[in-house]
Amino acid sequence: MRNPVFVLWLIVAAVLTFVIARLIDNAYFYFAGYVVLQYVVLATAWNILGGYTGYVNFGISAFIALGAYSTVVLHKLTNLPLIVMILVGGGVSGLVGLGTGYLTLRLRGTFFGIATLAMAVVVQTLVTNWEFVGGSRGAYIIRPAKVAYLGIDYIQYLFLMMLGLCVLAVGIARAIEKSRLGYGFATIRDDELAAEASGVPTLRLKLIATALSGGLMGMAGAPLPYYVTYLDPVSAFSLSYAVNTIAMPLIGGTSSWLGPIIGALLLGTLQQVATVTISSALSLLIVGVMLVVFVVAAPKGIVGWFWK
Amino acid sequence: MDLSFDLLGNALVSGLLLGGFYASATIGVSISFGMLDIVNIAHPAFILLGSYVAYTMNSNFGFDPILVSIVATPLFYFLGVAIYHVYDVSFERRGDTALRGLSFFFGLLFITEVSLVLIFGVDYRLVDAVYIQTTLHFGVIDVPLRLLVPALVSLVMMGVLQLYLSRTFIGRAIQAVAQDPLALRLMAADPSRIKRIAFGLSIATASVAGAILIMVQPIEPSVGRDYIGRIFAICVLGGLGSFAGTLLAAIILGVMENLTATFYGPSWSPAVSFGFLLLTLAIRPSGIFGRT
Amino acid sequence: MSAAAILQVSGLGKRFGGFVALADIELDVARGERLGLIGPNGSGKSTLVNCLCGTLRNESGSVRFEGRTLDGLKAHQRTRLGLARTFQLPRPFGTLTLAENLRIPMLYAVQARGSATGPDIDRRCMDLLELVGLADKADRLPKDLTQIEMRKLELARAMAAEPRLLIADEAMAGLSHQEVDDILALLVRLNEEQGITIILIEHIMRAVLSFSQRLVVLVAGRKIADGDPQDVVRQDDVVAAYLGS
Repeated sequence: MRNPVFVLWLIVAAVLTFVIARLIDNAYFYFAGYVVLQYVVLATAWNILGGYTGYVNFGISAFIALGAYSTVVLHKLTNLPLIVMILVGGGVSGLVGLGTGYLTLRLRGTFFGIATLAMAVVVQTLVTNWEFVGGSRGAYIIRPAKVAYLGIDYIQYLFLMMLGLCVLAVGIARAIEKSRLGYGFATIRDDELAAEASGVPTLRLKLIATALSGGLMGMAGAPLPYYVTYLDPVSAFSLSYAVNTIAMPLIGGTSSWLGPIIGALLLGTLQQVATVTISSALSLLIVGVMLVVFVVAAPKGIVGWFWK
Repeated sequence: MDLSFDLLGNALVSGLLLGGFYASATIGVSISFGMLDIVNIAHPAFILLGSYVAYTMNSNFGFDPILVSIVATPLFYFLGVAIYHVYDVSFERRGDTALRGLSFFFGLLFITEVSLVLIFGVDYRLVDAVYIQTTLHFGVIDVPLRLLVPALVSLVMMGVLQLYLSRTFIGRAIQAVAQDPLALRLMAADPSRIKRIAFGLSIATASVAGAILIMVQPIEPSVGRDYIGRIFAICVLGGLGSFAGTLLAAIILGVMENLTATFYGPSWSPAVSFGFLLLTLAIRPSGIFGRT
Repeated sequence: MSAAAILQVSGLGKRFGGFVALADIELDVARGERLGLIGPNGSGKSTLVNCLCGTLRNESGSVRFEGRTLDGLKAHQRTRLGLARTFQLPRPFGTLTLAENLRIPMLYAVQARGSATGPDIDRRCMDLLELVGLADKADRLPKDLTQIEMRKLELARAMAAEPRLLIADEAMAGLSHQEVDDILALLVRLNEEQGITIILIEHIMRAVLSFSQRLVVLVAGRKIADGDPQDVVRQDDVVAAYLGS
């Protein structure tokens, strides 16, 4: 299926989802659904770098938080609409991703992974010490009640925005897969030395992947302050973002755009249910265990069960 | 910034001791990363496990934490052997260490941390030993035993390991397996078995490192994450696999961190080690990391 | 220095810490030539290949390809200029089919941009696969191949980059007598029909001697012989290097 047609189907699916949500007419569905959709974007974004090129990014929480805190800054200084904040959040994260990549992508993949971890802590420390965004005390953001020109509650608006980001992320992921860029990414994953010898500009492609991946994650994080209304570094940089974002594509399957979606929908829903029925700590433990089990026993993920 | 000399002097001395202790946390990764090329980012979680074992024995039975940790060493060793076995079969043999191998350890880190939270909660824990409250005084310099003892234990542990690696057959085989697995095979030693032993040793050090950690500072499950940066910064800075280099780098980091904390406040400490790590990775040319 | 020199190496040196892997290598390769490069294990042959191709950076000396200097250029840039190599141990792209493996150099070394598929690219892939006798396995993965098929794939992938100079690094190690002849015939075809300059690095003496128009010998990082193959193999120091003195 050609890509524009695919994107059209994505939009149809998104619209359908929103219509169903309106029919269910339950505020909790929007709140829970937002989180699941956010993970679809995060997992897809992570997979562009991790699954396609084989470079693991552990600093996920930093990219999300960069998007979220850009929004906080813009909210305090200006009156810009959410869409602009999303774009700015994506831009900031993308640049930081590019910068981190430029510093460390010449090294082996495992060093890059450690460097992303380091970058996350550095960013967290900087934010925790930055009084303007509330420092360690956090920042309060007033969530508007309604979006006047659309006539819907703000939470529904956030849900809609996240649907839009899903369409964007998945559309990009699939477009990359069968493109010249996607082939380049695959060679980096399979054998970087041979890729270079075959004419693939590996550093440039890795930088593209890092910037794209980071930028999308930043966009996913940008609406967060309006969702939580109270943003503090400890929860913004929570390790649960990292573990979920990595577990979802690894469980769903890293070789295609479909894997992260399956992983996100499955794990995301599971977690929402578990958080309410058991405890959030226990549900996170389950995610961790599933990650280890799948990585050891089912490296191709769920997608690998059906598509050999 | 109040640059009084006894403040500076004390910051330097405690930074030195702290660095000595950091070396004990790093030595395990020096072995697993430096010699076996295994990026075990879960190592700090195992150190914390050691801390909580020491804490449990200490608070319930009053045992000395260091003694407890030494007794627990064989258990940690076998844990290491088991983990290596899974790692070897699942990732090393499949050639997927960069993505899935790394994620495996990340998963272990996470599982350990969350399990500790579920069992012990997020309150800070301390140990109680006879010597911990004591401080020696040398003029204006104070040397708290709670820093001195861990630094000394750390040195002893490193000394013992160094002796083992250079004097015994297995120890020398471990050093060899890093450089030339083929030659090792020709010497009728099985690289897999050697690596298993080495990784077991690596995790065994976590037991002792954990016991002295809980002397140096109160612990709670997320403390491990701060140590990831410290450990890998020291490893990268100090030269992979060299104990002397590790010690030197650990001391440098300890001093820098402590100076930062003393003069700028403790909330900047995590940035020191992780910033160090980033800078070192960025500036050091990739050729020095060897192993192509 | 001949005007038809496609490769000019002067004063090339490479060290690893204190170990001198290559010292003061001087080498000219004429366009369309078939050059053989031999030497005992550890003499620096692969290091030389890596320096020529940009995988390693030489500390001293320079390399000129078709008149332009290669110093500072990365491996992928050198491939784009027309310099390709095979690896001693084949390094296929494991998750891509054979046809897709060949597509990579076409997409990246030959053309600057464009779509990933197209009748032109597909046809060229199939032509190359037919040339090496792997056309029937076009949609299979590299892990399904035998040793010699992997080496043929390795060669085909290097050729897909449309090189003007091809360095074949021990492409025949471990192959049977017939298989060696097959690869040799393939290389001679490439050289005679398409004018590709070939540097053959090998241990299999009969192959090197029958293939090369000129023979270069490397021992302990230094070039000790350079000339007609039959003369070179009779040189005292060459014999000593292989048999010990």
